[in-house]
Amino acid sequence: MSALAILDLGYGNVESVRLGFVRLGAEPVLVRDRRAVENAERLVVPGVGHAGYAMERLEAHGLVDALKARVRPTLGICVGMQLLFEASDECERPLLGLLPGRVAALSSSPTTPVPHMGWTRVKDVAAGVGLEQDEQLYFAHSFAAPESPYSVASMLYAGRHAAAVRKDNLWGAQFHPERSSAPGARYLEAFLAS
Amino acid sequence: MPAARIIPCLDVADGKVVKGVQFRDHRVIGDIVEHAARYRDEGADELVFYDITASADGRSLDTDWIHRVAEVIDIPFSVAGGIDSVARAEACLAAGADKVSVNSPALADPDLIGHLADAFGRQCVVLGIDSFEDEDGTWRVKQFTGRPEATRDSGRAMLDWAKEGSARGAGEIVLNCMNRDGVRRGYDLAQLGALTACVEVPVIASGGAGTPDHFREAFEAGCSGALAASVFHDRRIAIGDLKAHLAASGLEVRT
Repeated sequence: MSALAILDLGYGNVESVRLGFVRLGAEPVLVRDRRAVENAERLVVPGVGHAGYAMERLEAHGLVDALKARVRPTLGICVGMQLLFEASDECERPLLGLLPGRVAALSSSPTTPVPHMGWTRVKDVAAGVGLEQDEQLYFAHSFAAPESPYSVASMLYAGRHAAAVRKDNLWGAQFHPERSSAPGARYLEAFLAS
Repeated sequence: MPAARIIPCLDVADGKVVKGVQFRDHRVIGDIVEHAARYRDEGADELVFYDITASADGRSLDTDWIHRVAEVIDIPFSVAGGIDSVARAEACLAAGADKVSVNSPALADPDLIGHLADAFGRQCVVLGIDSFEDEDGTWRVKQFTGRPEATRDSGRAMLDWAKEGSARGAGEIVLNCMNRDGVRRGYDLAQLGALTACVEVPVIASGGAGTPDHFREAFEAGCSGALAASVFHDRRIAIGDLKAHLAASGLEVRT
């Protein structure tokens, strides 16, 4: 059983995420089989480019039920967080449905180009996730999850969206903690300490 | 609003930071990880590494240095130069890069942009455009600009190519205005303003930064980020001072 496992479905920013944990002194292992997903003490689901593709990969590897059944700490990053919700504008396929709501496409405007790329302040930050009110975090996404009772940080960009979510041991970050400088590192540390 | 992004660009040859864009004349100025760490510590919001050897020689990109950078820095960075296939882009991302930037190969094969976006998501795909203003005032896209003797007109107009590239899946456009490159008289605000008005994706200004006000002007023209090389390398502008200047002008910066 690994203490910290990162789900590696092929594409995406797996190495970037892995190195983010390594910088904190953690020793993450990359996994892609069902038993590892079931047994990892802590599991990270990094972003892969497209929600539909990510679900397809999870299904192909037989990981959907194992993910839904997890009770130990689990963290989804970027698209990995979006997968926790019920559905997305990005794909027909249903998502994991562990959190209520539908992930929606960001609407662009002259002041809000899409994708949303860059350092944006977080609002309404809850205690216990290592973040502080108004801290700037790095985002890179075209779809965003709705605010809900499970939002632990929000973000304003063409409307209000969830920047981070938490429901018991289920964590999600729309931002990239591994590329969000010191605040991102604090967030990952909070997850490791949970 | 996201913070106005300040993006130092480093030229890389054989895993070292070099100076001088002429690929034959480049001079090693230091270790890539030391430079990356220096800019991170000074407050850079993002870094761009341009592998001049890969693009000039048609060689495959050496990804060892990408991994060394990814280990050390905790801000996003993109890799440009010589990325002409999904496989090469994947090698860069697997080494820890956050984005890949394509330029001449996308002009040769526009489908490449869509293939990259399908594989990695459009937020990973940057389209670099080298634009040259002709005597008649039209903005032409140039290809193979890494080598002056190989540079040629692509036959495309800048705004048309930018619109096509973003429609094909580029998630960001870096517009390098060649007439301004290296002269430090300011970004080409006419081109940048025209571009930000006609694409939905973020635009990064490149070419011409010489003073802190030049950066302010680029952001006021609608750019999401401003890229520069020599003013940072030569320490003419300190990133901290630049951000203080932008903040005093009412722009959101990352502190």
